[in-house]
Amino acid sequence: MRVALFLTCVNDTLYPDTGRAVVRLLTRLGVEVDFPQGQTCCGQAHYNTGYRHEAEPLARRFAEVFGGYEAIVTPSGSCGAMVRELYPRMGARARAEGRGNTLERVLAPVVPKTYELTEFLVDVLGVTDVGAYYPHRVTYHPTCHGLRGLGLGDRPRRLLEAVKGLELVELPGAEECCGFGGTFAVKNPDVSAAMGADKVRNAESTGAGVLCAGDNSCLMHIGGTMSRLGSGMRPVHIAEILASTEEEPAV
Amino acid sequence: MSATFVGMPAFPVAAHEAVADTTLRGNLRHATHTIRAKRAAAVAEVSDWAQLREAGRRIKDHTLRHLDRYLVQVEEAVTAAGGTVHWAADAEEANRIVTGLVKATGESEVVKVKSMATQEIGLNEALEAEGIRAYETDLAELIVQLGKDRPSHILVPAIHRNRAEIRDIFRSEMSRWGRPAPEGLTDAPAELAEAARLHLREKFLRAKVGISGANFVVAETGTLVVVESEGNGRMCLTLPETLISVVGIEKVVPTWRDLEVFLQTLPRSSTAERMNPYTSMWTGTRDEDGPSAFHLVLLDNGRTDTLADEVGRQALRCIRCSACLNVCPVYERAGGHAYGSVYPGPIGAILSPQLRGTASEIDASLPYASSLCGACYEVCPVAIDIPEVLVHLRERVAQGGEATRQGNKVVLKPARGHAAERAAMRAARWAFSRPGVLRGGQRLASLTRRLHPRTLPGPGRAWTGTRDLPPVPAEPFRDWWQRTPGGKEDAK
Repeated sequence: MRVALFLTCVNDTLYPDTGRAVVRLLTRLGVEVDFPQGQTCCGQAHYNTGYRHEAEPLARRFAEVFGGYEAIVTPSGSCGAMVRELYPRMGARARAEGRGNTLERVLAPVVPKTYELTEFLVDVLGVTDVGAYYPHRVTYHPTCHGLRGLGLGDRPRRLLEAVKGLELVELPGAEECCGFGGTFAVKNPDVSAAMGADKVRNAESTGAGVLCAGDNSCLMHIGGTMSRLGSGMRPVHIAEILASTEEEPAV
Repeated sequence: MSATFVGMPAFPVAAHEAVADTTLRGNLRHATHTIRAKRAAAVAEVSDWAQLREAGRRIKDHTLRHLDRYLVQVEEAVTAAGGTVHWAADAEEANRIVTGLVKATGESEVVKVKSMATQEIGLNEALEAEGIRAYETDLAELIVQLGKDRPSHILVPAIHRNRAEIRDIFRSEMSRWGRPAPEGLTDAPAELAEAARLHLREKFLRAKVGISGANFVVAETGTLVVVESEGNGRMCLTLPETLISVVGIEKVVPTWRDLEVFLQTLPRSSTAERMNPYTSMWTGTRDEDGPSAFHLVLLDNGRTDTLADEVGRQALRCIRCSACLNVCPVYERAGGHAYGSVYPGPIGAILSPQLRGTASEIDASLPYASSLCGACYEVCPVAIDIPEVLVHLRERVAQGGEATRQGNKVVLKPARGHAAERAAMRAARWAFSRPGVLRGGQRLASLTRRLHPRTLPGPGRAWTGTRDLPPVPAEPFRDWWQRTPGGKEDAK
């Protein structure tokens, strides 16, 4: 099966380790991964900040770059939700504005074949034990767009539970937002920081050394807060945990 | 603290203070988390909750689509039952009507049932200006009124106060409004409730005019419905000779059968009760008992404008349960006052900028008062997609565009202060449309990564004030992919 990695602009620029982990993991599971070089950004930051019209050309580019693949896999719940939830909405809005159904038609093919990583593993590949090894105490934070947008449910948890050596501990208030929220983090910095600090406090109360999530943008906020607060914990993307094996352990 | 919301600062400014107030944070956290858990349990025990939610959504959408027809039906039914219907296009007109009606009775005081609509229009202040004293009789509203405070929650307006603060307010303020607080009042809930009961009882027995809102108006019979917990509402609705109800036009439901859906979803969503303690329903007037004069003031005040907006109109489905406030992480930290309106929390963030427009600083900032986490949408008993409307209103603020104000189609200019952001978004779109440009930027960032400061100047401080920046990697993923290629020559 030939799938495209939709890495997202944030991961491409700041978190290449997550990208490498997805490639390693999927290759290990027998999936042929391609990284279409024309990919950039799905337009989520534009759309959610109120610049829908700036997001439209980016969505069109996405559809053009990824349209030819059987499946599109992304290690980001929020960018995945952008494509699945909001691309159809963008198309419908364009039609409602009397601009015809072109945008809708262009975007439609990529919507159903875009999968968040854990979804792809559990639903498409049908695996929960990916043969990973990660000897750490880990707590899991379900990010909002993965949880409520895509409805990932217990997929990430099932994958983590099957990881050898991993001790999964429950995060109090797990389903509460970490306070990132894209431009919210800088438009409402006080509230965002207060939410982040509460998230970190809850994570620390678990005694875990690692906070795991499926979105590096949220982890950038949580991790930045951890390091500022001098917390001993570190943020790790779920792909890096699932890619880790006894032969090639992640640090 | 002023009792009105005029001239409120933008949300982030107001929230800045609230976040630093540890007592307030503690009060809010305790209260919202308690009710949040109870609501979840009350909803979980209903096997057909999803269907009830969908039914509620459909009933509201249907009613709003045919509101013109149902409102006329309400007027006919209320009139036939002995009531008088008044139409108010805005707050000023509604206040004028109510003030005139009270003055016509010759009375100089009224008792009030908790009502969002009368707060929205600032009725108490309008009455006061005409020498009429309005007594709030809902316990929490009484606390707010005595404390010269503003409500901070739809259902629990004094949620920001703890018991000790309430005891102090009762002790120092009750005597100025009527019967003083009992000697030696403590902060025990039963004692506080008894103090309020004694204080209010004399007002109920004396009052000749009652003013209320309504949770629902059943069009087929012209029946108004008030749902409450304390019983003060029933006192106000039955004891006075004249009853005046101010009701937003979106409160109509077509039939009793429709009402049944909301009488299931509202209490569970708001107080986490299977059924609320008091549900009062009245149809016009009766000779035997109750008020002999009944006036219904139907209030628009921006609702028709909101109804004209295809995306934003779903906000009018709201049944004021406040479940969205109780789950909102932003509300929990910022508190209700920061929203600068009687409608705080997520629903306020989409209602206020529609009812009042986006011209003021506070209204233009409300659509951004959310991390778009979606918890509000998940708990909403009428499925208002609050994040969708927030994003829609952000577009209106940042880009301007078509909207309806006072019944007229207008083209709004972008709000002030968004020019730099607009330029940045355009530049980002330009760069993201050119992978080569993106790669150039990434490489530049990687090459200069040792030079990056730990903290940023100017607007960047909004991030680095409380959070460290992530380290920039030695090379972006796309360079690694091309160099290895595709990871084949690089195990790591």
